[in-house]
Amino acid sequence: MATADKSGMVESSGRKLWLTHLLMIIGVFFVFFPIWLAFVASTVTQADIVSPPMPVWPGGQMLENYKRALFAGVNVPVTTMLLNSLIMAIGIAAGKIIISLLSAFAIVYFRFPGRNVFFWMIFITLMLPVEVRIVPTYEVVAGFGMLNSYSGLIFPLIASATATFLFRQFYLTIPDELAEAARVDGARPMQFFFDIVLPMSRTNIAALFVILFIYGWNQYLWPLLITTDPEMNTIVMGIKQMFPSGDDTADWPVIMATSILAMIPPVIVVVSMQKLFIRGLMDSEK
Amino acid sequence: MATVELIDVRKSFSGTEVIHGIDAQIEDGEFIVIVGPSGCGKSTLLRLVAGLETISQGEVHINGSRVNDLEPMDRDIAMVFQNYALYPHMSVRQNMAYSLKIAGVSRPEINKKVEEAAELLELQDYLNRKPKQLSGGQRQRVAMGRAIVREPSVFLFDEPLSNLDAKLRVQMRLEIKELQTRLGITSLYVTHDQVEAMTMADRMIVMNEGVAEQIGTPLEVYQKPHTLFAAQFIGSPSMNAFDATVKGGEAVLESGVRIRCNCSFEGEAVIGLRPEHLIADENGPLRVNIHLAEPLGANTLLHGRLSQSRDPVIVSMAGVHSALGTEQNMRVSISPDNVHVFDKATSQRVASLKA
Amino acid sequence: MEKRVTFKGWLLPLCLVLPQLLVSAVFFFYPAIQAVWQSLFIPDPFGLTSQFVGLENFQYLLSDKYYLASFFTTATFSILVTLVSMVPALFLAVMADRLLKGAATYRTLLIWPYAVAPAIAGVLWLFMFNTRVGIVSWYLGKLGYDWNHVLNGPEAMGLVVVASSWGRISYNFLFFFAALQAVPKSVIEAAAIDGARFWKRFFTIVLPLLSPTTFFLLVVNVVYSFFETFGVIHTITSGGPQQTTTILVYKVYSDGFVGQDLGSSAAQSVILLFLVGLLTILQFKYFEKRVHY
Repeated sequence: MATADKSGMVESSGRKLWLTHLLMIIGVFFVFFPIWLAFVASTVTQADIVSPPMPVWPGGQMLENYKRALFAGVNVPVTTMLLNSLIMAIGIAAGKIIISLLSAFAIVYFRFPGRNVFFWMIFITLMLPVEVRIVPTYEVVAGFGMLNSYSGLIFPLIASATATFLFRQFYLTIPDELAEAARVDGARPMQFFFDIVLPMSRTNIAALFVILFIYGWNQYLWPLLITTDPEMNTIVMGIKQMFPSGDDTADWPVIMATSILAMIPPVIVVVSMQKLFIRGLMDSEK
Repeated sequence: MATVELIDVRKSFSGTEVIHGIDAQIEDGEFIVIVGPSGCGKSTLLRLVAGLETISQGEVHINGSRVNDLEPMDRDIAMVFQNYALYPHMSVRQNMAYSLKIAGVSRPEINKKVEEAAELLELQDYLNRKPKQLSGGQRQRVAMGRAIVREPSVFLFDEPLSNLDAKLRVQMRLEIKELQTRLGITSLYVTHDQVEAMTMADRMIVMNEGVAEQIGTPLEVYQKPHTLFAAQFIGSPSMNAFDATVKGGEAVLESGVRIRCNCSFEGEAVIGLRPEHLIADENGPLRVNIHLAEPLGANTLLHGRLSQSRDPVIVSMAGVHSALGTEQNMRVSISPDNVHVFDKATSQRVASLKA
Repeated sequence: MEKRVTFKGWLLPLCLVLPQLLVSAVFFFYPAIQAVWQSLFIPDPFGLTSQFVGLENFQYLLSDKYYLASFFTTATFSILVTLVSMVPALFLAVMADRLLKGAATYRTLLIWPYAVAPAIAGVLWLFMFNTRVGIVSWYLGKLGYDWNHVLNGPEAMGLVVVASSWGRISYNFLFFFAALQAVPKSVIEAAAIDGARFWKRFFTIVLPLLSPTTFFLLVVNVVYSFFETFGVIHTITSGGPQQTTTILVYKVYSDGFVGQDLGSSAAQSVILLFLVGLLTILQFKYFEKRVHY
């Protein structure tokens, strides 16, 4: 009914509607242009680019450029960096979700000594991004010998408790009677967790996974600090390493192909799971 | 099959006692309704029996053994919740099978029991549906089914019908009662609806502010309410009550009106007159100034005030009385046997009806 | 809010929180405390010993003109990023909200940049404005404007602002769009009956109704511009030219890792920590208030 009303009185006439569409298309064009240009650059030769203005329609070098990026790269093949990014992003998303599911379950469904202290601790971690404590965190990771390792990439980024907070909020909305029914049915706490709570959290887990995957994939500063070995570079930070130092001209087609490759996984995740993504976004910020 | 025994059961929440010592003996196969207004502690009492709350003082025995310290699952009980508490992500079959699965019952055995229960409840066609694909009445049946498959000694119902519409409520009321009679399982049933209590109970526990006002059969409670509260809570419309001084088999209202009663009590009292016991009588002692007549078909409710004292009063008369209406006066009388007398100081019944 | 139902026992819950406890303690609390501790020391030039200096690091920082300049840079940068990312987003959301058909398609297209990492966004914009090969800088040159963000401070600032805001437009668009869709149509219609035209309705009815979302986005975007834009700045300008784009987070990095001045870097971390704390409190205070409506 609400949408029907909308098309009635308040809706603008056909001509105005066209204007709105036109404005939207212009907006989308501007937002999209950088990506389009990067794609074009990844399909032409270096010569096309260094003699400006560069073309704005794709050329015929696409396969060539991507092959070169994926299997040769500049310092290290992009396939290696993609794999590193994938491991890091999945590690962060899965790690954070698992520890948060468990600790949120404990603080919601149990009264144990230190519960309030613990709750305040996770509350504090919400406030401080990794950027603020990079030097000491780097020293800790170095002290554990975790430089240039996946665990070094992953653990410091799952230390904040945002997800715990979210799952706590969600658990609080599960009716008390379900836990009581499960108790009467004979479920022990962990049975209740695995049989009832976990399946009921599926959508939330998926939504959060999308958000955390992108968060992990797009990390820059932290991998920059702790992966000195090109073999461990992630793709997002590795691109900067592809620029030559000094006055040499950058290998633009390969760099742009790498940029496109770096954005494909998160874009696929966001666009194909749009509903979950938007839900996760709204949840995680409230 | 089991008996349930409550011995001076008390419950406190952070220092405040909300259940003040309840004693009850429940026989094997009995259907007990715990009835009272909201906040009277009836649900808490049920949850104490279920083991969902810990008992602060006193004992609960099921089948002769003390269960105070047992987990709900070890008490051999099953519970039906007000909002059904069905697991939303499980099918009807999985919901009913869950407790058996935990208990480690074999798969064929589980299937057999679930299908038997489904047949009993006419849920065979819905076994693979999720709760949200069911109507309110069907969900109610699934909740029942989940309780039945466990073959418990005791059924506990926590206001199971309060989320249903009026028509369905009457139907489910009958179904539950029939089912319980057929299975013969001892049941405790909590409700705030006195009609449910009257129609379903073998015996009822009338609760008020954490105290059992009366335990008895529906007719006992109706005919011989032990307290003014029980008298007014059971029966619809509610019993009329007037302050009076009782002396020599006669109650004298504050306005001076005299009503005869069968009672040897003397002193300050509250007399209770059920609306359906008041009879139109030109020579009756009470004069009613009618404000509103509600024709219900089978009978007519007359709302008004005593013209002598302005106390509100309700009269229920059999049949249709379209002639009676606003601002009319009528006189009524009541048989002395139907006058309930309660001690004003204690609110306890002091006169019995004719033996 | 608390649950009525709780399970008994303390060993199990402690085991359940243990992983989180360990990870936060080792990788969060210890480093955070360490940052505060280090801010009170100055290491000797060889990094072998360090000397307790109390608040000297802070005193030094607050009198250091580069640090104060960085504060100013950060403020300018934040305000610009917030504006440049929110105004177009609101405009696009209002447009999309007017459309019955196609709004979902536009939304799908507009979400893309959110998925692009800030560092990649930096590379894309750097490519367009590159002084040698950039297509935009080339056309600007044709128009007689000599673009050179490598040497020109305001141009560098403009470029990092645009690159940082670009992906944020998607984010803000999503929130504005959701908020607009939630505005009751009856309110709009009532205004229309009262004779208000579209833009009049927008400024007098819709915008006030959006104010909770707007405030929320303001705070979130400021926090974003403080921390998550590191990648943009590192890829495009590396803080230059002459530190004109060195925002606070970038300075923590460059002093700590490039300059190896650990005491100062730690003191800067502590100041940042304090700033984030303030922003967070502001955010919570606000949401608390909103709950009461």
